[in-house]
Parts: sequence; C-alpha cells; structure tokens
Amino acid sequence: MSLFSKANKEALTSPLNLNNPVVVQVLGICSALAVTSQLEPAIVMGLSVTIITAFSNLIISIIRNSIPNRIRIIVQLVVVAALVTIVSQVLKAFAYDVSVQLSVYVGLIITNCILMGRLEAFAMMNKPWPSFLDGIGNGVGYALILIIVGFFRELLGSGSLMGYQIIPDACYNIGYMNNGMMTMPAMSLIIVGCVIWAHRAYNKEL
Amino acid sequence: MNALRKYFDKIKPNFEEGGKLHAFRSLYDGFDTFAFVPNTTAGRIGTHIHDAIDSKRIMSLVVIALMPALLFGMYNVGYQNALAAGQLENATFWGMFFYGFLAVLPKLIVSYVVGLGIEFTVAQWKGEEIHEGFLVSGIIIPMIVPVNTPLWILAIAVAFAVIFAKEIFGGTGMNIFNVALITRAFLFFSYPTSMTGDDTVWISQDTILGLGYAVPDTFTAATPLGELAAGAGVSSCICSQIYGFIPGSIGETSVIAIALGALLLLFTGVASWKTMLSVFVGGALTAMLFDSTLAPENLAAHIPWYQHLVLGGFCFGAVFMATDPVTSARTEGGKWIYGFLIGFVAITVRVLNPGYPEGMMLAILLMNAFAPLIDYCFVSRNISRRAKRAKI
Repeated sequence: MSLFSKANKEALTSPLNLNNPVVVQVLGICSALAVTSQLEPAIVMGLSVTIITAFSNLIISIIRNSIPNRIRIIVQLVVVAALVTIVSQVLKAFAYDVSVQLSVYVGLIITNCILMGRLEAFAMMNKPWPSFLDGIGNGVGYALILIIVGFFRELLGSGSLMGYQIIPDACYNIGYMNNGMMTMPAMSLIIVGCVIWAHRAYNKEL
Repeated sequence: MNALRKYFDKIKPNFEEGGKLHAFRSLYDGFDTFAFVPNTTAGRIGTHIHDAIDSKRIMSLVVIALMPALLFGMYNVGYQNALAAGQLENATFWGMFFYGFLAVLPKLIVSYVVGLGIEFTVAQWKGEEIHEGFLVSGIIIPMIVPVNTPLWILAIAVAFAVIFAKEIFGGTGMNIFNVALITRAFLFFSYPTSMTGDDTVWISQDTILGLGYAVPDTFTAATPLGELAAGAGVSSCICSQIYGFIPGSIGETSVIAIALGALLLLFTGVASWKTMLSVFVGGALTAMLFDSTLAPENLAAHIPWYQHLVLGGFCFGAVFMATDPVTSARTEGGKWIYGFLIGFVAITVRVLNPGYPEGMMLAILLMNAFAPLIDYCFVSRNISRRAKRAKI
C-alpha cells in the first residue's frame, strides 16, 4: 500500500475545500470568533489545532482496537488533554506573548468539536497513517479559515498585519478610520458568513 | 400627470424582452410603480388581501410624515452652527435653513444612491421587482446620525445594513431588524468617535458655499443626554428641548415636528397607536421607577420622567421606528408588550449604563429580535383558548 494512495490523498485534501470543518461542517466556530482579532494568534491557534488533531488522531487510531467501546470518549479526552497540555506548555515557554493573547482558548482546544468529530468519525475506524493525514488536513482546513478571518479583522480593525502597520499614515490624515466593530467577535461571525457565501458560490455542488 | 404616464408608456418597449435597455428593466419598473399604482391585480391562485393602496403608497405616506422632522432638522443644523459661532443675531431664517439643507443633502444623496443602488442590483440579479422598503430607510438614515458623520463611513454603513440586515434575509418584508437602525448600530460600534465621541460631532463647524459660520475645531457641544452621562446637569430648558433647538442627531431633536408626523401616521392608520402609546407608557413608568429607587448620584435617573421622553431619540424611535410594520410585533396584544419593553429597555440603558447615553437604538433592535417570539406566544395562546372553547 502506497503512502499517498488515492484514499489517503482524499483524506488529506478534502478538508481543505469541499469538506472544510469550519465553512462546510460549521464546527469550531467559537474559537474562530475568539482568537481572530489579530493575525498572529490566529496562525498560532491554527498550528496548535493542526498538531493536536494530527497526533490525537494518530494515537487513538493506534490504540483503537483496545479501547473498550463504552469508555471511548474518556480515553479520547485523556489523549487530547495530554496533547493540549503539551502544546500549551510549549507556547508558554517559547511564545509567551501569544499564549497570553490566546489565554483560555488553547486549553479549550480540548472541547473543540473538530477534534472529537475526527476522532469519532475517522480515527476510530481507520489505520494510523490515513488518520494522521486526516488530522493534518482538518487542522490545516481550520487554520486556513482562521487566517482569512484574522487577515481581514486585523487589516480593517487595526490597520496592521502581524503587528506591522499596513495602512499608511496619509490615509488616516485624510480621514480614514479603523473599523472598531472588526475587533469585536460579532464581526468575525459575519466574515465567516461571507467566506461561506463565497465558498458556496464558487463550489456549486455544495 | 398625463404627460408623465405617456412618457412612461413611450419608453416602455425599450425595457421589455429584446429591448435595448432590457438590462435596466427593474429600474424602469421601480420608477413606474412608484409614480403610478400598477394596473395589475393579484392572480387567482392563493389567498390575497385586497386593499386600495399598495406598499409603495404606504411608504410614501411615511416619507411625507418624516418631512416636518427633516425640514426642522435642516433648520436646526444651521441654528446650532450660528449659535456656536456666536452669530445668532446676524443669522437669517433662510440663511440658517439653506446652510442646514446643504449640510444634510449630501447625506441624503449618499444614503439613497448606495442603498437603492444595492437594491436595484439585487432585484436585477434575482429577476425580481424592486422592493420599495428602502424608500423610508433611505430618508431615516441621514436623520438619525450626527451632522458631522463623514460621508464615506455613512456609505459603508448603508451598504452593510442593506446587504446584511435585509438582502440576505430575502429583501423588504423579510428583515428581522430595522435597516436604518442597523446602519446606526454599525456606525455606533465601528466608528464610535464620529458618532458620540468628544462632543464635536453634533455641530457643523465649516461654512458651506459661503453660508454659515466657521466655528473653532475645539468647540464642543454635548447633547442633554451626553451632559447627563458626563455627570453634569442638563443645560437647556425643557421648552427648547420640546421645540428642538438642542444639539442632537439631525432629525430627532424636535418633539413638535415629530408629533406632526405621528399625527399623520396615526390618522392614516399606517402606524399602530398601540405600539406608539405603549413605548411612551413603558418609558415613563420605568423613568418613575428609577427616579424613586436609585441613589441621587445617578443624574440620569433623576430628571423628570417627561424629560426622558422628550430627550434624545425617544420620540423619533417611538414614532417612526418602533412602529415599523415589518420588524414590530404583529399581534394586537403583542404590540402592547413589544412597545412597553422598548420603552423599558431604552430608559434602563440610559440610566444604568453610563457608557451609552442613549438607549433607544439598542432597545428597538433588541425587541426586534423578540417580536417573533411575542407573536408566537400570543398566537398559540389564542389557539389553545379557542381549542378549549370548542366542544367536540
């Protein structure tokens, strides 16, 4: 069996577009609203979720035949919680500012619907390697939407990207103003809605 | 009138299937049905309510009812400008009026061009008739913003409101929230400094085409509610608040001008007197309640209850926005509760939240969201009552 057979490629790429966890399955919305007011935390959050989904999928898939069916949710939660703790500690050690910005939302990855959904729907009934690819695909699909939302919110709400000012002072001098609503979570819901709108208009089969 | 009808008939073939201006058929249709009652009747399929006037005629009545407040608002813009410059004794009535007219006109134009532009585009795109709803929203929007609102943010807010509060719900008659208030809410939360900010937004400072007077940039004038929120007493007297010679959003200041519009709306039956009355009753009772219970440090709680009803956007909201037939409660009993809660929430926000000197916008938007629930409760109560009465 080749590492990148057709089914494996499908597991990796379909979450990026036609089966995107955020804009098609509409999962993981709460963190998409909470952490995207700036681009940098959005990227870090996307990366963290990608790592956690990939490895939790892998671990659960390896031990899937020995998990008693009646306590499988607890086992899954233990694995996810362990991985979340590791990621949270790494962030605190190496990217303290971002981890302060993300605050509780790193810890709340445990409750992210995408994780449990992938574990239940995919890792429990597939071999480790496809499960790992599926985890990466879903994490990246999630990160993609977070980055799009974070891009627009930071650009229009603060006039900057990754903390660097993008909109020149000349614009502010002639009366341009940052849109305060973009920094509020309400607006990110509308941006996610617009992304879904554009995505469906582009993919007629959805 | 006949000449206009003949002209419409003459250009009609251009807009029909195969005509060279077919792409603009919704534009033609919109203007034709605006100027004349369409001579078509509803089809035989389905149930229809027949009435002598259609919704375009109702909308036109509301626009006429808004005229006194709009004209007074224009005059007040000029009056406030002259007052701020200390030139009140030199200013003439027409000079102040035309100054205000020139200050307000660009906002009217921007509001209509952007809003109707989106409406026409969507109607053309979906192959539907033009919806008439923006006729009223377009004139209300300039009246509920401060005179110094920059035109470009007004354009963005109008576009946002029409697309996200109206078109995505399916157009006129389908919207949950009042479109004009969504425009104001967008401005309020997105650009707070140009909506309330540092109190320089209420007075127009520059001369326009040689009319009016230049006022120093540092001149500030707070609205009475702004003064209360800042911890100072109201500086204007109650009579000028009723006439409307106070700083405020363009159309909201004069109680008398709004009352004229309210009379027309009530006389023609366009607006519901139940909603209107219950907003005032709710506001008055809530103001009395806070007056008798809260500590004396809270200044907004201790102005007389009738002053609460006179100040800010309370009258304008009660008359022209709470009664919006699309977004308000539709059951007769529901209108009482809907209106009462608007008055209650508006005064509560004013008194208990110093961050928001005015609560009318938030109150109406909140109750817009609850109107379907109120209706549902009244309808199901009626159903169960009738079911009990029926003997099988």
